[in-house]
Amino acid sequence: MPLKQSWGSRIFDSVNATLLIIFAVLTVIPFIYAIAGSFATQKELLEKGFILFPTEFTLDAYKYIFSTQTLVRSLLVTVYITVVGTLINIFFTCLMAYPLARKDMDFRKPILMLVVFTMLFSGGMIPTFLVVKQLGMIDTYWSLLIPGAISAFNLIIMRNFFQQLPDGLEEAAKIDGCNDLGIFFRIVLPLSMPAIATFSLFYAVGHWNTFFNAVLYINDNTKWPIQVLLRQIVILASGGIGDSTVMEADYVAPPEQSVKMAVIVVSTLPILLVYPFLQKHFAKGVLLGSVKG
Amino acid sequence: MQTSLEARVAASSAPRSKLLMGRLVRNRWLYFMVLPGLLYFLIFKYWPMYGIFIAFKDFQPFLGFWDSPFVGLKHFERLFGDSNFLVLFRNTLILAAYNILFFFPLPILIALMLNELRHEFTKRTIQTLIYIPHFMSWVVVVGIAYIFLTTEGGIVNELLERYGGEKINFLVSNEWFRTLITAEVIWKETGWGTIIFLAALAGVDTQLYEAARMDGANRLRQLWHITLPAIRSTIIILLILRLGHFLDTGFEQIFLMLNAMNREVGEVFDTYVYSVGISQGQYSFSTAVGLFKSIIGLILVVVSNYLAKKFGEEGIY
Repeated sequence: MPLKQSWGSRIFDSVNATLLIIFAVLTVIPFIYAIAGSFATQKELLEKGFILFPTEFTLDAYKYIFSTQTLVRSLLVTVYITVVGTLINIFFTCLMAYPLARKDMDFRKPILMLVVFTMLFSGGMIPTFLVVKQLGMIDTYWSLLIPGAISAFNLIIMRNFFQQLPDGLEEAAKIDGCNDLGIFFRIVLPLSMPAIATFSLFYAVGHWNTFFNAVLYINDNTKWPIQVLLRQIVILASGGIGDSTVMEADYVAPPEQSVKMAVIVVSTLPILLVYPFLQKHFAKGVLLGSVKG
Repeated sequence: MQTSLEARVAASSAPRSKLLMGRLVRNRWLYFMVLPGLLYFLIFKYWPMYGIFIAFKDFQPFLGFWDSPFVGLKHFERLFGDSNFLVLFRNTLILAAYNILFFFPLPILIALMLNELRHEFTKRTIQTLIYIPHFMSWVVVVGIAYIFLTTEGGIVNELLERYGGEKINFLVSNEWFRTLITAEVIWKETGWGTIIFLAALAGVDTQLYEAARMDGANRLRQLWHITLPAIRSTIIILLILRLGHFLDTGFEQIFLMLNAMNREVGEVFDTYVYSVGISQGQYSFSTAVGLFKSIIGLILVVVSNYLAKKFGEEGIY
């Protein structure tokens, strides 16, 4: 009887593991295909159709896209938005979360309610657009940095985190003659580095993936972040990247599919690079999120 | 009498207000710190809420907010009388139904399967792989879908043709739109969706399994009688919350997948607001459409939160 049970159990385990492995492989195969295709020659892509590893390795697609001003400029724009945007997010989120975590502050409940309400109801796309327009932010990078400066959700999680810090630290600092600003910058922030790291990663991924706000607020295509350019090249396919500077007489442009894949790889790579760090943090982040607000 | 009453009121409230004043002064740095954030919420969240009033006006940018004529419910009448309205509603409902039917159960299934996996390293590796797509932008996900499905050299159509089939124009067809939307959501979010269920499963007392084994329960019976009941309340609460966001079909994704050939089945409230408001400049009408959606959404969220809370309290016993 126990033997039989364990056989059934073993079959169950192996079927289960096999199905899960198939699912995991199916999840990543599209990325692997895109990466492989970006390094493949046109001949191989056409003949084999589906490849997971190119036999003939070529960097033509990358040479091509990096010879264009458009792509490099878009990458720089995105790097700028990601770095500056994340700094703005973290600074203003923490700065507002800390006072709201202090029990001795008056009016923190109404302020908090003001914040929570924005999670339930919003002015919507058009009124927000009109405000951004009225502030003169259209076609400036400010429109990608400021309108999303504080996420109400992250603010509340951050506040909960600050509330868990022991009160004694603040008392001690006060006795030593520190004011609240000093307590915040010299004691609270250094103690909160793990939480700040987590939030930075999530905010940064959000900025790197910025797409719709740029569609809405940025008409000037020299200011497009990478995701908007990616859409232009891959989805709208409006002539691809027009300003390649490779101008040799016998030059043959790399296959369109490879170029598209290379652009996808370039716009995905930074996220894959920070992914191991993200993974270390996000289980914690999700758990933080479940702490009641 | 009058003066003495005033004096009494003043006397009784003086210490309290003094205390409040004292606290305000003492905590001045805290207020200083809260100020930028508060201004942010007022300018970028509450000012647009105030701007909603243009839904009741004929807003013309050169006249400005105040001087644009008030027209009452004109834009709402137009919305409800418009044949587009039913189309938008139908598309939204069908996409949401697809999502709940085909996507919602999958993270639960995968979480249960992962939970049964004894080999820790395999489990970790699988988790690492299936979380990846969540961090990709919708542009990347839709972009990869385009690369696979395009009729001009896309791998799926190449293979179809090679094995004697005919090319299918997936990306510009009414029939495939909803399937593609749902498939992309499944690919991007199934793995990530398992996290919350895995957290719930981690809380199950392992002694229950031992006791069940003693009683001769096999793995499927253990799954049915111990594991599933353990995450039942999580499932129900998430389902209720999902219903609360019924109208929130993934905007960026649909916006990216939408084109002239599939607008009939793909246009939802948000994309309609964009094309009428931003592309055609009908600010007032599109604000009215957005407001209608926001209000229905608010009601759904409040009701579903109430239900979830009620259920959560009952679930604890």
